[in-house]
Amino acid sequence: MSTKWSPQEVIHRDYNNHPPAYAPGYKTSVLRSPRNALISLQNSLSEITGPVFSQQDIGPLDNDLILNYAKDGLPIGERIIVHGYVRDGFGRPLKNTLVEVWQANAGGRYRHKKDQYLAPIDPNFGGCGRVMTDENGYYFFRTIKPGPYPWRNQVSDWRPSHIHFSIFGEAFAQRLITQMYFEGDPLIKQCPIVQAINNDDAVRTLIAELDTHAAVPLDCLAYRFDLVLRGQRATLFENRTQGAAR
Amino acid sequence: MKDYLPETASQTAGPYVHIGLAPDAAGFHIFEKNFGPTLVNSHTPGERIAIEGRVFDGSGTPVRDVLIEIWQANAEGRYNHVADRQEGKSLDADFRGWGRACSNFDTGVWRFDTIKPGQAVGRDGRMMAPHVNLWIVARGINIGLNTRMYFSDEQEANAIDPVLNLIEWEVRRQTLIGHKETRSGETVYHFDIYLQGEKETVFFDV
Repeated sequence: MSTKWSPQEVIHRDYNNHPPAYAPGYKTSVLRSPRNALISLQNSLSEITGPVFSQQDIGPLDNDLILNYAKDGLPIGERIIVHGYVRDGFGRPLKNTLVEVWQANAGGRYRHKKDQYLAPIDPNFGGCGRVMTDENGYYFFRTIKPGPYPWRNQVSDWRPSHIHFSIFGEAFAQRLITQMYFEGDPLIKQCPIVQAINNDDAVRTLIAELDTHAAVPLDCLAYRFDLVLRGQRATLFENRTQGAAR
Repeated sequence: MKDYLPETASQTAGPYVHIGLAPDAAGFHIFEKNFGPTLVNSHTPGERIAIEGRVFDGSGTPVRDVLIEIWQANAEGRYNHVADRQEGKSLDADFRGWGRACSNFDTGVWRFDTIKPGQAVGRDGRMMAPHVNLWIVARGINIGLNTRMYFSDEQEANAIDPVLNLIEWEVRRQTLIGHKETRSGETVYHFDIYLQGEKETVFFDV
């Protein structure tokens, strides 16, 4: 992070772009959603700051899910690159920010002791990775396209293929976890987790587009997925946040 | 607003969040360096404390697949971030001020080992009482929940804290107090979080 970064308040969150806490079609949300309204805070130093990470925190193969757990061969499945830019709401690149991802393997099975789905584990696929964005907010990683999988919501519910994303930004108030879906997947329209978002434009922010220009010929395809965190604004007339850099 | 890019929509972290954010908890070792619940090393200045608790759902059942992150200032009340230019407070470059913990799959208990933060300046120059920010994600939580933990042995500072005083229902302020316990010489602040119901914790839109 640049030492010249000047702190600004984080724009209030537009909840129309997000799923509500209580979304009964997604059954687990029923007992895990607060009944009281959130209490809105004006930002203090506590919210406009957040943890800083560096390349030293991660390893050189961490963004290559094809190789980072390969034991005696390559994982099975569609080889893909996922890449894009992380920006704030004003289009400014979010530099040197940590992006973490996790996913199922090509058959929709997670390497997790709680996943009992009968599709097999791939001995050469772990399913997690992480990467720091560069000076332009750009990130990329390489992986196997995850398969859809069934889950206990309604008994016939299946998740679309997806990759989970976790992003930090510069302020703890920007912290976000989301899921990336793949262009054209017919399960997207039927998924109670996706459809908890009551806004088609917001759903579209989660769908990665096939990007043949970034594909590596005879090797792997590519998907483009850009992320936007909340913008940070300069305070014009009111006092700047106390204790913050000028 | 026309040129403003909408924030990417949130989605639940799901039941397998550990794979990405705490793979050893998921049951496999992959990264050489891992993030965890210990914020301190042997040189960190400040009073050593643990923060421990459980998260409960609306039926009173512990949430056993929750992931919690904390963000806090150092012992002098300074955040390890370029935006913090509070005067007269030194920075401990080794203390990131951030940690990540998973609840135990059987008991639901999570725990951080950290130091007690000092007071940082709040809005309008009023000092905030010592506090730790928490961010909670899990299966069933569509968008991460933000809350704060304050300290039961800071009653004077808590009484004039600008954020606690924003909560007009005084009875709800108590949901943000971590309770000090001493266990074989160790200081532990016990902080249970109630997602829903009678004892519901205050959550913030930050």
